[in-house]
Amino acid sequence: MSEFLQHLINMLVLGGTYALLGIGLTLIFGIMNVVNFTHGVLYTFGAYVMFIVVHQLGVNFFVALPLAVVAGWLLGAAIELTLLRPLRGSDIDTTMLVMIGAWIAMQSGTLWIWGGVAKSVSTPFPEAPLVLGPVSVSWLRLFVLAAAALLIVVTYFLINRSKLGCAMRATFQDQDTASLMGVNVDLIYTSTFAIGSSLAAAAGALLGPVYVIFPQMGDLAAVKAFAIVILGGLGNITGAVIGGFILALAEELGAGYVSSGYRDAMGFLIIIAVLIFKPTGLFARSERVG
Amino acid sequence: MERCSDCKLINSVRLENHMKRAFRSISAIALAAAVFGGAAEAQTIKIGVNEPLTGAFAASGTYVVNGAKIAADEINAKGGILGKKLELVIEDNKSNPTEAAAVAEKLITSDKVPVLMGAWGSSLTLAVMPKLMEYETPMVVETSSSGKITTTGNPYIFRISPPSAIEAAAFKGIVDKLELKKVDFLVINNDWGRGTAEDFSKMMKEKGITVGSVETMDQGAQDMSAQLSKLKGTDSETIIVTTAVDQLTLIFKQAAALGLKKRIITTGGSQNPDQIIAQAGAAANGTMHLTTFLPWFPDKTPNPEATNYFIAEWKKRGFDFAGCTESFRGYDGIRTAAAAIEKAGKAEPAAIKAALWDINIKGLNGDIVFRKAGPEGKESGQSQPNVYLIEITDGKIGMKTL
Repeated sequence: MSEFLQHLINMLVLGGTYALLGIGLTLIFGIMNVVNFTHGVLYTFGAYVMFIVVHQLGVNFFVALPLAVVAGWLLGAAIELTLLRPLRGSDIDTTMLVMIGAWIAMQSGTLWIWGGVAKSVSTPFPEAPLVLGPVSVSWLRLFVLAAAALLIVVTYFLINRSKLGCAMRATFQDQDTASLMGVNVDLIYTSTFAIGSSLAAAAGALLGPVYVIFPQMGDLAAVKAFAIVILGGLGNITGAVIGGFILALAEELGAGYVSSGYRDAMGFLIIIAVLIFKPTGLFARSERVG
Repeated sequence: MERCSDCKLINSVRLENHMKRAFRSISAIALAAAVFGGAAEAQTIKIGVNEPLTGAFAASGTYVVNGAKIAADEINAKGGILGKKLELVIEDNKSNPTEAAAVAEKLITSDKVPVLMGAWGSSLTLAVMPKLMEYETPMVVETSSSGKITTTGNPYIFRISPPSAIEAAAFKGIVDKLELKKVDFLVINNDWGRGTAEDFSKMMKEKGITVGSVETMDQGAQDMSAQLSKLKGTDSETIIVTTAVDQLTLIFKQAAALGLKKRIITTGGSQNPDQIIAQAGAAANGTMHLTTFLPWFPDKTPNPEATNYFIAEWKKRGFDFAGCTESFRGYDGIRTAAAAIEKAGKAEPAAIKAALWDINIKGLNGDIVFRKAGPEGKESGQSQPNVYLIEITDGKIGMKTL
């Protein structure tokens, strides 16, 4: 029983971070329809920004977090302006290839600058965990869960309740009509990609200190983000959040009670199951086709 | 109909022109390759280095390559081999078995190296092995520890790192002292990890120690909390962990966060204990590690003079001390291959393969002399390196005698 409770606690802290990864990608992949292979690199980037700001510039941990988010926003905007804007309107394959190229180039750049040796970021949280009866959890991970929850709520309201969010949804439903209604389409493209990127960087900045930081850390994270987005339904923020928790639960229970060797396969099994039984994702709203 | 045949005619004329041009450029390239390639061949003796410089094992592979460069520079400073400069042809296998095989093929067929060193991970080395058979080229294996490498009957394999069975045998002597009763395993899900679990389980059972659950983790996995939560609930007192330094760091931190208080012993020799202490902090205290090199206690190594030289050179080049436990393998590996070339008297694969059986050099971790391992008639070479047990206490490394 105590093992089961521990798995549930693990699921909560892991699910929060998966949800954060998922909502960033669902904006870009789901709403903008860009198969964003740089999502994992932006996650890595956020983590390295934390490392630089905390260790090389000596800035406080809590100040470094928003800086990493801003840095992710700027890098995302730069990618949109230089790579995606010239490609707007070209087919999905071309964009995908360019994004794969950007992913490889940026990952190799990280390796070139910082080398392959993993870095770790020290945090102001105590090393001793919070012990609640038979289960325990680290303070850092509780903080990460809280920060992720905050970012998720902010993003939800930004997309579903704000004027900017309304303009975003309108733009990607029908660009011409949105433009005729006075929406600055160029600005919306850049800001959507930048917001999605800043969320990836935020996830990296929060999780970098939990794990260790190395150039390939984003690869598995990106794979999981895609699984979560497909699970929750493209472009659905609530779906991505629930998808994140479902994936975490599947991994925890799969590793705990089935076989740990298949832990990271759970994400793919879920994608396959969803694509067979409910190809629009578990929480997709019914959509007009054509 | 008419148009069609015209088309064909025009196309075939075009094709002919194309082919002529292609032939001309190919022969020009071939000529250039013959001229320049030939010239290069006359000046240097090449050793192919097949290591992970990107991907999950980038840090370790880079350490090994840097160790290899120290050996090459040392050899060249002393006049090279057979009167020629030694040249390392270094290729990145991207921590990916498919790439490792492709790199081996490229090194052998295009760079014409007569001997290879590689390929760090067991799965990487196993992927390279059929290529060695195909091109009849020997390889010095510097890091891999899966038993399969020397037992499948590949006569081109010469391994200087200890297979997990040698590690297990060395560990056998101390299990009574550690009072092991029941152990669990947490191993990386590849040939290295699974092979270690197998060999150590066998040894444990011989000693009457119960083996509980065997958990695995993927090569790039970062969150092992699920596995550790499960191990926290079992009734064993010790966990044997096999993986490289980054995952070890994560495991120690996550085990501490889960309040898991069992004894952890790691195997495989890719722990870089200094990096673990720096990154896992207090969580590393009390952990024990089976390692194959003692850079902290050069005087206790089998070859103190060479060890001191190597460590001094490593520091002089500005590399991180933590990398020593990996890089010495590259240093020893290149010296092994170079000694065989010297002994063979010529840089040819068959002669080097034969000479590898006759070398006897002082490695940083014991004498490198190859003994036969594997099925009769197609034995692989295996040297008998030392294995040590160290313990981290209060952020310091201490030696436990085996």
